[in-house]
Amino acid sequence: MKTLLKLFAIAAAFGMAPAAALAAVAPAPAATSNAAAAAAAAAPAAASVPAPPRAAPVAGIGQPSPDRIGLQPQVSEIGEEAAWFHDIILMPVIVVISLFVLALLLIVIVRYRRGANPTPSRNTHNTTLEIVWTLVPVLILVAIAVPSIRLLAHQYNPPPADLTVKVTGNQWYWSYEYPDMGVNFDANIMPDDQAVARGEPRQLAADERMVVPVGAVVKILTTSNDVIHSWGVPAFWVKMDAVPGRINETWFRADRTGVYYGVCYELCGARHGYMPIAVEVVEPAQFRQWIASRGGHMPGAAPAAAAATPAAATPATTNQSATR
Amino acid sequence: MTDTIANAAHFEAEPGHQAGHDADHKPGFFVRWFMSTNHKDIGTLYLLFAVTAGIIGGTISGLMRAELAEPGIQYLGTWAGAMHSFLGMAAPSFDESLHMWNVLVSAHGLIMVFFMVMPAMIGGFGNWFVPIMIGAPDMAFPRMNNISFWLLPPAFILLLGSSFVSGGSGLGAGVGWTVYAPLSTSGSPGPAVDMAIFALHLAGASSILGAINFITTIFNMRAPGMTLHKMPLFVWSILVTAFLLLLALPVLAGAITMLLTDRNFGTHFFDAAGGGDPILYQHLFWFFGHPEVYIMILPGFGMISQVIATFSRKPVFGYLGMAYAMVAIGVIGFVVWAHHMFTVGMDVNTKMYFTAATMVIAVPTGIKIFSWIATMWGGSLSFETPMLWALGFIFMFTVGGVTGVVLANAGVDTTFQDTYYVVAHFHYVLSLGAVFSLFAGWYYWFGKMWGKSYNELLGKLHFWAFFIGVNLLFFPMHFLGAEGMQRRVPDYADAFAYWNNFATYGYILMAIGMGFFFVNIIWSLAAGRKAPGNPWGEGATTLEWTLSSPPPFHQFETLPRVD
Repeated sequence: MKTLLKLFAIAAAFGMAPAAALAAVAPAPAATSNAAAAAAAAAPAAASVPAPPRAAPVAGIGQPSPDRIGLQPQVSEIGEEAAWFHDIILMPVIVVISLFVLALLLIVIVRYRRGANPTPSRNTHNTTLEIVWTLVPVLILVAIAVPSIRLLAHQYNPPPADLTVKVTGNQWYWSYEYPDMGVNFDANIMPDDQAVARGEPRQLAADERMVVPVGAVVKILTTSNDVIHSWGVPAFWVKMDAVPGRINETWFRADRTGVYYGVCYELCGARHGYMPIAVEVVEPAQFRQWIASRGGHMPGAAPAAAAATPAAATPATTNQSATR
Repeated sequence: MTDTIANAAHFEAEPGHQAGHDADHKPGFFVRWFMSTNHKDIGTLYLLFAVTAGIIGGTISGLMRAELAEPGIQYLGTWAGAMHSFLGMAAPSFDESLHMWNVLVSAHGLIMVFFMVMPAMIGGFGNWFVPIMIGAPDMAFPRMNNISFWLLPPAFILLLGSSFVSGGSGLGAGVGWTVYAPLSTSGSPGPAVDMAIFALHLAGASSILGAINFITTIFNMRAPGMTLHKMPLFVWSILVTAFLLLLALPVLAGAITMLLTDRNFGTHFFDAAGGGDPILYQHLFWFFGHPEVYIMILPGFGMISQVIATFSRKPVFGYLGMAYAMVAIGVIGFVVWAHHMFTVGMDVNTKMYFTAATMVIAVPTGIKIFSWIATMWGGSLSFETPMLWALGFIFMFTVGGVTGVVLANAGVDTTFQDTYYVVAHFHYVLSLGAVFSLFAGWYYWFGKMWGKSYNELLGKLHFWAFFIGVNLLFFPMHFLGAEGMQRRVPDYADAFAYWNNFATYGYILMAIGMGFFFVNIIWSLAAGRKAPGNPWGEGATTLEWTLSSPPPFHQFETLPRVD
């Protein structure tokens, strides 16, 4: 309760959380089926626009692939830069260093085995060599540090956001809120049989997807209602802990439409492995349709049916005590 | 002067004296093993304790591997059901079964870190060989040495016992070895987490006392002529480790005490609703936790140095560089902790600093790797079992080290944080690093400690099965992590089944290797040849090889003189 209050205070200070949205965060649904019902109930009945069809995931894109030995294909600029840094700089460097050490070991094993070299030398110093194997690693590390620091700087220098999504971790589901569009919902894991029936990967499919427009800079704000969770989607190169009492910010810009899966990455209790993330990246028109189907509105536009949406800005505290 | 050849002419290890009658005045069984003040007996107790804890921790990893062998939940319900019926409780719910997974993960980590690696390396080999290597009759505080050991069994019992009491959503403490708040505070009602915290308190107190003992012993009880710069590198490694323990463990003790008061006495150190900060716990934990990983590997560095020099018949290359590389690793190890927390929502400048500082550690580590190879260069190498483990260590630790450089980059860690890539990395440096060095030390000193020679064939079978097994087990985890598989989950997307399958075969092979290890112990103790004082020949130059095997109950009653 106290946590909720504090969260609300922080959120209000940021000026981005309609009071009703927070109040709508219901206590943890007991089971997945209930959760779906709760989410449906939370959606205003006034939504007359039909929801756009759910896109089908593409094998190997936005999800793991059985025998792949590398990163998931990246669909954001940051992800591409990071994957380049990992695949083109880091991997060759560490493979060469490992093979170099292995080669030295094999040479030593063959050349200096007792049969080949019965009398050991007593050589225990070589200042030049020692300076070399101190300085060369330093130079390699400096060479790595340049693109590394650049990548960090780019990650922390986002373009102006087109869209803000507040993601709240709960034991054990995610709550999504589009504060500028009046949309919010909970996303639970999709039961295995349903996922298989819909052609989605089990353990990764969620009953509700977070939908964002392609090419839009999405600002993600993470926080939590209970313990620490972590919201991460490998295909976007994004991961941010959801910490109670804090609002963390990160961002991504997905450049290709499709379905991209992620999971909770911080141990958060019994069902830590059961709170997946599904993000659907769609064309802007479809995004507007999705927002409308949820009873939301695009920023600047008047709310579709202000009267129909639940209580606008009454004090959150009363609402909360009411929902409790 | 880098080598530490003792001039045997200067002292007698009283072998003649020994031959006729037992002049050791060994006390009776109970007094000898339960009230010991003898560093070798206490070292033996530590080793037996570590082997026991290793069996339990290894069995737990087998349970986890069985569950992970295929996607879906196969066994957790059965195991949790067995626990519940044992305690006369109702059948477990799905959540209670899943909670058991977190208990297994936490127990495996805590047991292997606090009750296997640390007791074996520092308490076991440290106690056995630090006094002998510096030419001292015993540790500085023999009675404190005893209590250091005897704090561990109750700590271990508390930790194991916590599995039988409620930890919130199920039986046992399912909070990970990191015990992050608020999962470990408001997220885990019930006594299990309190018991686990007490276990860590006791184990921490044990280690702090041990550290004080080692520092005092090494600074004050070196034989005449044994200057700091003549000490064997294993002694150096234990000295640096003891300082790390002394400085890091009090921070852990403080952090988990704050957890305890948050849980039970209404404080809000880590509770945001009361003005506290959950991230503060992570800073405190990792301020201890990062030095802790060096605590687990530095004694291994020391043992590997002794083994490499012995089987190369050559003194260690660049002795001073090797010693001060360990000092440097210890110092830098204290200023890199937040690289474990890159995704908590950290300032970009902080991330840049911790990226750079972390990469710096690769430099002294590289010095050690290259110095080991240079020690062998020009040597006359023989490949007895300890040397195989040491060679395996050098390569595997290199692999674990370079993935550490990858993870050091905060921008890259964004995607690798809390994935199997991290699991692969730290098992390469621990399961293939620290554990390889433990086995190197075990075979190196087996005859010295037990007086019986181990079986070379079984030792080599152990090495090869274990070496291939753990690589098959842990290498595919890099691929799983790169694709985004998260840590600490019992079920996973079907696409992850492919590499998990490899890992399962690797575990089986590793377990077979451990079978050779135990058969070897039993066979060698029962039927092994009597070990000579120095089985390794001219390469074995440290003081323990001047003594009989096993050494007399009290050695160096007349101090040796080191030239």
